[in-house]
Amino acid sequence: MPIITYRDALNHALREEMQRDDRVFLMGEEVAVYQGAYKVSKGLLQEFGEMRVVDTPITELGFAGVGVGAAMAGLRPVIEFMTWNFALLALDQVVNAAAKMLYMSGGQYPMPMVFRGPNGAALQLSAQHSQAWESWLAHIPGLKVITPGTPYDAKGLLKAAIRDDNPVVLLEGEMLYNTKGEVPDEDYIVPIGKAEVKREGDHCSLITHGKSVLTSLQVADALAKEGIRVEVVDLRTIRPMDVETIAASVRKTNRAVVLEEGWEVCGVGAQVVDYVQRHCFDHLDAPILRVHQEDVPMPYAKNLERAAKPDVAKTIAAIKQVMYVGT
Amino acid sequence: MATKVFMEALSPTMEEGRLVKWLKNEGDVVKNGETLAEVETDKAIMELVARGDGVLRRRLIAEGTTTAVGTLIGVVAPADENIDALVAGSGTPAPAAPVASPPAATPAPAPTAAAPAPAPVQAAPSAPPAAPAPAAAPANDASLRSSPLARRLAADHGIALGALHGSGPGGRIIKRDVEAAASSTTPPSAAPSAATPVSRVPSPLSGEQYRDVPLTQIRKTIARRLAESIGPVPTFYLTAELDMERVAEMRTAMAELGDAYKVSFNDIVIKAVATALAQHPECNAHWQGDSIRYWNRVHLGMAVAIEDGLITPVIFDAHSKGLSQIAAESRDLAKRARERKLRPEEYTGSTFSISNLGMFGIDQFTAIINPPEAGILAVGGIEAKAVVVGGDVQVRRRMRVTMSCDHRVIDGAAGARFLQTLRRLVENPLLLVY
Amino acid sequence: MAKKKTDLKADSTFGETDAPTRAALLHSMLLQRRFEERCAEAYALGKIGGFCHLYIGQEACGTGAITQLRPDDYVITTYRDHGQALARGITPRAVMAELFGRSDGCARGKGGSMHLFDRNTNFLGGHGIVGGHVPIATGVGFAIKYRGTDQVILCFMGESVVNTGAFHEALNMAALWKLPVVYIIENNRYGMGTALERASAIHDIYQRGAAYDMPRAQVDGQDVLAVRAAVAEAVHRARTQSTPTLLEVRTYRFMGHSMSDAVSGTYRSKQELEEYMKRDPIHVLRAHMEALGEIDDAGMEKLDAEVKAIVQDSWDFADASPEPAVESLWEDVLVETTT
Repeated sequence: MPIITYRDALNHALREEMQRDDRVFLMGEEVAVYQGAYKVSKGLLQEFGEMRVVDTPITELGFAGVGVGAAMAGLRPVIEFMTWNFALLALDQVVNAAAKMLYMSGGQYPMPMVFRGPNGAALQLSAQHSQAWESWLAHIPGLKVITPGTPYDAKGLLKAAIRDDNPVVLLEGEMLYNTKGEVPDEDYIVPIGKAEVKREGDHCSLITHGKSVLTSLQVADALAKEGIRVEVVDLRTIRPMDVETIAASVRKTNRAVVLEEGWEVCGVGAQVVDYVQRHCFDHLDAPILRVHQEDVPMPYAKNLERAAKPDVAKTIAAIKQVMYVGT
Repeated sequence: MATKVFMEALSPTMEEGRLVKWLKNEGDVVKNGETLAEVETDKAIMELVARGDGVLRRRLIAEGTTTAVGTLIGVVAPADENIDALVAGSGTPAPAAPVASPPAATPAPAPTAAAPAPAPVQAAPSAPPAAPAPAAAPANDASLRSSPLARRLAADHGIALGALHGSGPGGRIIKRDVEAAASSTTPPSAAPSAATPVSRVPSPLSGEQYRDVPLTQIRKTIARRLAESIGPVPTFYLTAELDMERVAEMRTAMAELGDAYKVSFNDIVIKAVATALAQHPECNAHWQGDSIRYWNRVHLGMAVAIEDGLITPVIFDAHSKGLSQIAAESRDLAKRARERKLRPEEYTGSTFSISNLGMFGIDQFTAIINPPEAGILAVGGIEAKAVVVGGDVQVRRRMRVTMSCDHRVIDGAAGARFLQTLRRLVENPLLLVY
Repeated sequence: MAKKKTDLKADSTFGETDAPTRAALLHSMLLQRRFEERCAEAYALGKIGGFCHLYIGQEACGTGAITQLRPDDYVITTYRDHGQALARGITPRAVMAELFGRSDGCARGKGGSMHLFDRNTNFLGGHGIVGGHVPIATGVGFAIKYRGTDQVILCFMGESVVNTGAFHEALNMAALWKLPVVYIIENNRYGMGTALERASAIHDIYQRGAAYDMPRAQVDGQDVLAVRAAVAEAVHRARTQSTPTLLEVRTYRFMGHSMSDAVSGTYRSKQELEEYMKRDPIHVLRAHMEALGEIDDAGMEKLDAEVKAIVQDSWDFADASPEPAVESLWEDVLVETTT
């Protein structure tokens, strides 16, 4: 099976879906002539032309709304935000229009569109370019929110999102674009709403998503050497979250740690903890612990940023705590 | 410091007691826990123990006296202490003392009995479809911190939380603490896996005569709820109609071998029932109030009608006896039963009973369980009937059996499975040879 | 106000009407008027809840513009959408039932006054965020061009919208990409309680179009025929040249911003209101038709009775329509997708 980058996986998904359905188009800043700010849309302008790969002015609110209008008129837009930090400006269109249109219109106007772009921190990009947006968006009924952490999942989930008749928020990651993995050439999708156990184990469930999947696998490898078998549960979709897979894992291992790159308060992990305590109460041998970014805006200095982010060491410490190792 | 000696309620229903015999004289040294006297209660003669150290300074009632529970009947005190004030009001009963519970149980798998347990156990997570929902656990002792998993495992193992040492933070009792306790006290057959609860049914037919299994929350609740609705023994009934053609053929074949090999239908049924019970120990059990005794041997009680009633002599180890031996014993026991020549040890100790009224022309009936047994099989007569077999109507000999089951011990599915096995044995009687 | 035109080539064929058309315009405007009056009554009786923004006084804007669209054209508007919905052809029954929050409403009771939608007439709502729908209009224009068809979309908005960022972004892209959108500002002088002069740095707000080099004009919004002519020209431009237009239609609302707003006395005087009410758009058309001998008092009374009966029928229908089933609470959050 070919090994390609996460970036190329997204590129292939876009290309294949645009070939498959001529109602699909890509719109955003620098997506056409520049070939994509992160080169995700490389080569697409040449293949599909400027009506289907559309450069916009710097107008997040404006072009997100254009996407909504195009969807109302029967097209299937893919709206790219250069980063989700800029999408804050567009939230009126994502939340008040796209998420609610089907409902407000009594079922008359579905929103078959995708909002996508890199999410969360990269390296030393400072406070305004480093936020993770999952929990804001996953709060909204009417949206689906997906967070692939591997190239395989990226291609499969983007395809599923484009084919979905609902507005789907796809949160990628600048730090993920260069990661590599096996991705089949042929057409396949990863279903939205289905988590995946990326590593099996029976000592502790490590529940995570997005770029933290890589961290989790490193944690599992390190702890395996100490005889601790961690089960890594990759959520893949934040809304709707796959409660069954989470619960089955914790029922097996009796303990859980939730790892995410967002902040603590009302973060994705808080929702996971609620599901676990509700569905696995009698199976828990320890409280559920969370590992996340420190409760501060992201600082610039390299050492401070490292201290702010969740990492392998912090996750290992949490797992050992719920396993009562060393007590 | 003086200790008053009261007439205590030595049984829950006792209201007065007769002091049969003082075992200590005035002036004798007495230690806490030593027997002071024998007291006759409404049920039996019980021991009254000292509740403090010192000297038995005064015996306030004479042997043979009956007095109400709560009456002051003596004083234990240091030799030099002035007890005049204590004995001045002798004869007035103090507030009724609570049940004198035995000294605190040594940490053992069995939880403390009916009285509110000091170590409350979490209700089991989900009840099987046949059982009503488990009652909520009593209010948790705040000082007993334990993970939900540990509570559930402790309940499954029948381990009192209070008996465990918590190795988690703040003394929290966690899974490994329960597992450690369970592996040191439960029989070797218990599964080591943490996720699955230990099987409650013992391995049959080996080693010990029996194994007591303390009640889990589910069983307690089933017992309580069903007893409330139906009477002392919550009973349900399962009926099956068994095909007796092959048994009839076998019996005919045996008779052809000679008188020594003649057996009755009932003997064959006894053998089949015993064999089936050996495979279904969950039906071969006694209800003991706070635990269930699963027997590793099958001692079948065989109801015999006698002149003014009925008596149930026992065929011991019926599962391991051959048909001819069962036939011989049943003949002998029945004869001596009618002659009133049975010894007590011959009609007690059954683990399960059979009653057969087929010879009286009864098609089917429901028998009454002999407590503390959990089940009884009522056997009807054998009758030729028209039966549909593979699309055709045939005439075959059929026999109906009805199993009465104590639902506190045996659930519907368990009883049904036993009858399934019984059917298989009766309809394929060659299996009894193996 | 005289009709002003700037940068537009005058073409006298645009907006030419005949007697039947004028009669239809009068019928539509009077229907809207009587409908909105009953809405005020229904709101006071508690049959309509939440926010209710009435179109009384502005009927000529929507009617003049919408009545000349093709069925496959689109309309999108703000929360002050009752009149436009009726002009577009959503039945009074469906609108009233939606206002009453009943299951026969055009959005099945899920939208309410501010969110009237009707796919059959390509009526794209009914939006509650000021300016939020303007980029959506641009998006519809984009889709029309993407497909290579010749539909157009009319985008109505209040004059406060021109100060929002969304307006700016949306018009810039429409002009940049040459999209078939007609942006119609219904300038009723007040953004809720704030007069135009206190909110906007320029007062001839159609001049905002200059920032995008967009064809633009100012129109007397109380004269339905003037509106009709101006919009006809803009629609033609959009349909044949895929070029957007910005029209400022000057009008006036006779009621408060919404039912919670005083009709006068707070931010506008009673005298001002009475002065403006002399140019009631219905009277303006009627006077024109009387001069042409197409209607008289008796005819007007008959028309009024007819229209009132239609409105009464819609009220009765709405009242009898059941509330949405509780199960519908969960419907239409997401589409069930087959992939």
